[in-house]
Amino acid sequence: MELNDFLTLLTAITIAVSCSLLGCFLVLRKTVMVGDAISHSVLPGIAIAYLLSSSFNSVFMLIGAAIFGVFTTLIIDFFHKKLKLQEDASIGITFTWLFAIGIIIITLFTNSNTDLDQDCVLFGELSSTFLDKIIVGEYLIGTRSFWMIFPVFLIILVFILFGYKGLSIISFNEDYAKSLGINVGFINLIFMSLVSVTTVMSFESVGAILVVGLLVIPPATAYLITNKLKRMLIYSCLLAITSCIIGFYLSILIDVTASSIIIVVSGAMFLFAFFIINIKKMLNI
Amino acid sequence: MENSSIEVHNLSVSYQNVPVLWDIDFSLPKGQIVGIIGPNGSGKSTLLKAIMGLIPLASGNVKVLNKNLSLVRDQLAYVPQRETVDWNFPASVEDVVLMGRYKKGNLFRRLTKIDKVIAQESIEKVKLEKYRDRQISQLSGGQQQRVFIARALAQGASIYIMDEPFVGVDMATEKTILDLLIQMKEDGKTIIIVHHDIQTVSNYFDYIVMLNTRLIAHGPTNEVLTEENLQATYGGQLNIISKIQSIIKEKEFPLREKGFEDK
Repeated sequence: MELNDFLTLLTAITIAVSCSLLGCFLVLRKTVMVGDAISHSVLPGIAIAYLLSSSFNSVFMLIGAAIFGVFTTLIIDFFHKKLKLQEDASIGITFTWLFAIGIIIITLFTNSNTDLDQDCVLFGELSSTFLDKIIVGEYLIGTRSFWMIFPVFLIILVFILFGYKGLSIISFNEDYAKSLGINVGFINLIFMSLVSVTTVMSFESVGAILVVGLLVIPPATAYLITNKLKRMLIYSCLLAITSCIIGFYLSILIDVTASSIIIVVSGAMFLFAFFIINIKKMLNI
Repeated sequence: MENSSIEVHNLSVSYQNVPVLWDIDFSLPKGQIVGIIGPNGSGKSTLLKAIMGLIPLASGNVKVLNKNLSLVRDQLAYVPQRETVDWNFPASVEDVVLMGRYKKGNLFRRLTKIDKVIAQESIEKVKLEKYRDRQISQLSGGQQQRVFIARALAQGASIYIMDEPFVGVDMATEKTILDLLIQMKEDGKTIIIVHHDIQTVSNYFDYIVMLNTRLIAHGPTNEVLTEENLQATYGGQLNIISKIQSIIKEKEFPLREKGFEDK
């Protein structure tokens, strides 16, 4: 395997696995569309942070994104619960509005030479992530994209390992969790912040639209296959890794954007699982 | 009151400035099965949530065992309405019952062997040991309700607060649940139940709270369950009048075949 291919694939896998782990809980809580909304509405955060620091490579961007991500969930909640607007309408209003503001900021304040343009925001460019290598002394230690997502991945892993009980009880029965005195608001805040940060980290590579596919499709497939939560988490990671590997090589073969092929492969695996399960059911009866 | 399980003082709750509960004031005895009854939209579930501290109060306060809720939260176990959760959640009966052992203090740690033993005992109490590893979507409505009760039992609390536990369960399960409640009462537990079927009130409860946004009456069932109070609680709902008449008749001819009216 060529070094550049390896680096690109490593980035893709780290992103996909991070998204899958969080996505499992989005699917179980039926808040996938909130994840979708977050992935779009972090754009103004990114744009503002980019203007302030004029690079992708900053803590500003993470903070900006996390703030906008949490802000999005708060506005959706406010519209839905306080103004009694139906939830899907609240989501639709909030994220399109914030996303549009983000686009305006980008078009007005950045010039054509910058890395941040609308195409990049929407679709990402996974196959160019290997260009930006980090070299310490004489050793190549990876790409910048990888080192941006990797710490986030580690935080997600730790959060899910230690917060597993909290996340599962809140996903199943939030009121009951509250009645036990569990700090539901705090866990939700960390969770939504992690979703925001992860979508931002995935922006460059897969873009704002396709990241939703990574958040939803592998977990939804795993949900079909198993009825144990731990297995659902593990299977969704394995599915994400598999679709990255297959998708990446297919993208070289037919020369299209890797991120879209990865999602297409993911979706094909979902359909496959769906048919197998239904055929099994029919044969049993 | 010295010996009260739960005291509610001047409690009001409103949603968007419309009062759902208005100036509720009562105290409930310990070690009895208490029913909270009232028509739809009378604030029964809201009252439970207010007692559990799940929603903000517009005014008033709640005392549990003469203390503030935060000090005695582990003495209170909540059994939510069965339909409020998605039973397709990937979990087994045991997984759900183990949730009763989750606490603020052990949330980031592993459960101990003792936790597992307690969960197992709770599953046995509701007679679901055969289904311990079964996925919760593959249970009947009554079995799901028993899973929720087992989860509450696993908390080891002294007060149990249940939201409509008899909804959507068959007669046999209703009997099983009721026997279990009576057993719990004999163990000295207090059980507070939101209930909508006024036909069965006199058979199930020692003590009732009658609610319709305001508190209509509260006290021992045989003293409070009068035609006058039922009128005041369900008044205006014309189709209820016939039910009330049938209740009065039932009082003369109790449903002996059910066999629990003396408890």
